[in-house]
Amino acid sequence: MKRFVSKAVLAATAASLMLVPAAMAGTIKVGAILAVTGGASFLGGPEARTLEMLVEEINAKGGINGDKVEMIIKDSGASPEKAISFAKQLIEEEKVLAIIGPSTSGETMKIKDISEAGKTPLLSCAAAEVIVNPVASYVFKTPQNDSLAVKKIFMEMNRLGITKIAVLAGNTGFGQAGKGQLLKIAPEFGIEVIETEVYDKKATDLSAVVAKIRANKDVQAVVNWSVVPAQSIVIKNIRQAGWDVPLFQSHGFGNIKYVELAGAAAEGVIFPAGRLLIADTLSADHPQAALLKSYVSNYESKYNETASTFGGHAYDAFTILVKAVETAGNDRDKVRAAVENLQGFAGTGGVFNFSATDHNGLDIDAFEMMTVKDGKFVAYTGK
Amino acid sequence: MTIELFIQYCFAGLTYGSIYAIVAIGFNIIYNTTGIINFAQGEFVMLGGMISISLLPLMPMPLAIALAVVITMAVGALIEIIFIRWLKNPSVLRMIIITIGLSILIRETAVHIWGEGIRALPYFIGNQVTAISVFGARISPQVLVVIGVCGLMVVALGLFFKTTSVGRQMRACSANRTAAVLCGINTRNMVTFSFVLSAGIGALAGCVMSPITYSEYDIGTGLAIKGFTVAIIGGLGNAGSAVIAGLLLGLIEAFSVSVVPLAFQDAIAIAILLVILFVRPHGLFGSSEAAGLKEF
Amino acid sequence: MKRLLSIAPLLVAIIAIQLLCAATGTLYYLTQMTMSAYYALLIIGLCVLMGYAGQISLGHGGFFAIGGYISAALTTHNLEPLQENVLVAALNSLGLLHAGVDLYGGTFLVVTPWVACIVAILAAVLISYLIGVPVLKLKGHYLAMATLGFGIIIYRVVLASEYFGEADGISGVPGFTLVPGLTVSGDFSGRIQNYYIAWGLLIIGLILLLNLIDSRVGRALRAIHGSSEAADAMGVNTARFKIQTFVLSAVFAAIAGVFLTHYNGGIGPSEASVMKSVRYVALVAVGGMAHLWGALTMGVLLNFLSLRGVFGSYDDAVFGLILILIMLFAPNGILSLRWRPGLAKQVDEKGDG
Repeated sequence: MKRFVSKAVLAATAASLMLVPAAMAGTIKVGAILAVTGGASFLGGPEARTLEMLVEEINAKGGINGDKVEMIIKDSGASPEKAISFAKQLIEEEKVLAIIGPSTSGETMKIKDISEAGKTPLLSCAAAEVIVNPVASYVFKTPQNDSLAVKKIFMEMNRLGITKIAVLAGNTGFGQAGKGQLLKIAPEFGIEVIETEVYDKKATDLSAVVAKIRANKDVQAVVNWSVVPAQSIVIKNIRQAGWDVPLFQSHGFGNIKYVELAGAAAEGVIFPAGRLLIADTLSADHPQAALLKSYVSNYESKYNETASTFGGHAYDAFTILVKAVETAGNDRDKVRAAVENLQGFAGTGGVFNFSATDHNGLDIDAFEMMTVKDGKFVAYTGK
Repeated sequence: MTIELFIQYCFAGLTYGSIYAIVAIGFNIIYNTTGIINFAQGEFVMLGGMISISLLPLMPMPLAIALAVVITMAVGALIEIIFIRWLKNPSVLRMIIITIGLSILIRETAVHIWGEGIRALPYFIGNQVTAISVFGARISPQVLVVIGVCGLMVVALGLFFKTTSVGRQMRACSANRTAAVLCGINTRNMVTFSFVLSAGIGALAGCVMSPITYSEYDIGTGLAIKGFTVAIIGGLGNAGSAVIAGLLLGLIEAFSVSVVPLAFQDAIAIAILLVILFVRPHGLFGSSEAAGLKEF
Repeated sequence: MKRLLSIAPLLVAIIAIQLLCAATGTLYYLTQMTMSAYYALLIIGLCVLMGYAGQISLGHGGFFAIGGYISAALTTHNLEPLQENVLVAALNSLGLLHAGVDLYGGTFLVVTPWVACIVAILAAVLISYLIGVPVLKLKGHYLAMATLGFGIIIYRVVLASEYFGEADGISGVPGFTLVPGLTVSGDFSGRIQNYYIAWGLLIIGLILLLNLIDSRVGRALRAIHGSSEAADAMGVNTARFKIQTFVLSAVFAAIAGVFLTHYNGGIGPSEASVMKSVRYVALVAVGGMAHLWGALTMGVLLNFLSLRGVFGSYDDAVFGLILILIMLFAPNGILSLRWRPGLAKQVDEKGDG
């Protein structure tokens, strides 16, 4: 009986699969899994808004090769179990061409194998290096590798003669990954991490922990690695304590909101970031200049909020996908190959050069050292 | 530990501690008149901060704060009238679930009104880096504002309950509800009033802490848990000991940084709560007989 | 036999749904049906604790996480570098470890899923017992807060432990081969199989609980719910029954955690969050506190809709609203409402303590 049932089921499945029509001509279905609400909404929110804007723009121009883009945005609330459910839904049910997102590394790692098995390109907006190392053939990511940001910071420290540092990190995936890279790479640059603390992403006051670190007189600089608002509380508490230590932040600091909140305390903070933050000061012949300026001004006029590098990750994922579809058409495998072969493609995060072994495509030039001057991001030129 | 470090820890602890204490007092006011633990108490703090920030572009800061407090009080009254007033003898379980539901609903409404972004009121005195020196430790003036406002609120509440007619009626309700009804006190209105009062003090705390801790749509839950922890450590229903328990928990958290990794800071508060619950459920300062008489 | 008959409509429905999905080419619905079934397993366990024994728990997400995380950690943590270790070698020679090669060519040596599953369940039993003894002495708000506190501690521990993957959680959890040919995994090919595994497990759990409720234990539990003191006076060992129910519901949660984690191939801290625990309470409340069938139906239905993303960005708001509406207007569950007289009668017959 059971065997009969399962045979019937198989037959029915096969029949139904044949009945499903080929993707309708004239639309390109793209899925997105983003943490629009929940603990990572500061990432997912701008990402979702960016995608909505881009889809509107591209459809107004007549779509890709004449095909309209249909974007299905799923709000995962930063929960991996939802991301898993949505990924399967998008791959099998909606039969999307590709998936953009998720916003967090934890979610991306949960669906890495699913998109690999479902042979659907995944363009993650999360930063962790494990996403693309080991390389899964269908999985890409647009944010720069943490290790590049770490190296950029350490290079600057070497120049300034700093050898003993304290590391603070938020307890999000971004903070943890960054902390790991800082500890791992420090010896290569002759730098010693003598204090490490991890704070809650919802921390409201960190003056106690700042006092503790400050008590260690050997600390020559503080590196704070986090993407949550608490990172502006840290620097505020450090400066309130009258501690004039050099302050380094990660590329997670690339949101002017955090600078506004920290006010005077943000002055002089040094951090690596994509050029989106200094788009208006780039010279016109810089390969990223035109697209950065248009993205920032379009986003800001549409949503009445400052553009951040997080929205930029979604911008890159979408424009890379569009570029790939333009050459490869509406086909998962061809699009995957097209992304992998993409060379010299300028995005908000840098100039992407993908290859079979590098599914991130960005090198250390994607970062520029920046600092805060008079409440604005400016290129850091050294002291 | 140097003296500066010690003082620095003390002030950090007093800052969190006074905020916890205010939230705990809010719990206690409602608990005393109704026997309900209002799990949405933290949302009042969030609303106070968020509303005052939204009003700030339109008016000077003191007015914005005052108006935010009034609006939050109105929200408190509405919540009581719509969701609680008409229930007849609801079970504790039912009330817990309703107030949890309310807290979720307020938070979700807030995220759809204000978005996920973080905001803050400007510092009342000076700016983000201003600090005054106390025995070598450096303290932001806003910390003193928070501690001062919380202290004033405690004194004002004490006077209110002791000297005003409404305050006495509320105390009568908490001491013996049936007797209060027999004395002609409108206990229903007292319950509404307790919601208004605790919404108001929560909102004011939300405004004064905003420059230091920032305001965000989802700060409520964390505060509610801390506040409830403090209320239980002090003994449910006892406003005076909530202040002591709040400051104590704040100080423990601040000093714990020197021995335990910061990542476990929140777990420490909860662990203390569990120990208290297992060993002395009527609280450090509460009397077990009084607790035994209350209906849970 | 009577019990089996009452299950029969459910069995028919399960098979009908699968055949219908197959016939209409919508087998993908089974993915969320499978996940919902595992959540429902936790929910019926919690239903017995809340509805029959009358003890609220705002920390059941913690037990789910204990199950899921322990199983995930043991089956992914590579022991290869520790091969020389006496303990690891001993485990290996007992056949409790499993060596293999992953998708990307790396070799690994991990604990087999069966062993991990048993360890996870034993951990849940132990922890729930240790927590349960003091916690269940508390009542009302204190009980709610203590269980909430327990859940928060578990959340904090997984978020702060490198072993549990911190904020990223654990991914790459292998499939769980129950018997050769039956594997709990999220592979697209094993979907129908997994649907039946999940629902089979849920039905076993349901039969167990239905029997429990109708037994002497069930009557004792209802007596406890009515009045703990009166039950005590009548010679019911209330403390023991409460603990047993608590441990039982924790085991249900842990098993759900283990299976869903293997099905999903990973687990994250969100499974241990307060919001998750509150959600489980909401689902029990919606189904009717003392109504296993109601909890089962609502648990599956609402989880199914939520996992399909039907509520979009309003997911939490919907649960909050449901929670309030049910508690205001139908504290005995949605099925107790008058507009379905047939079912309402059934509820009355079953009795809710």
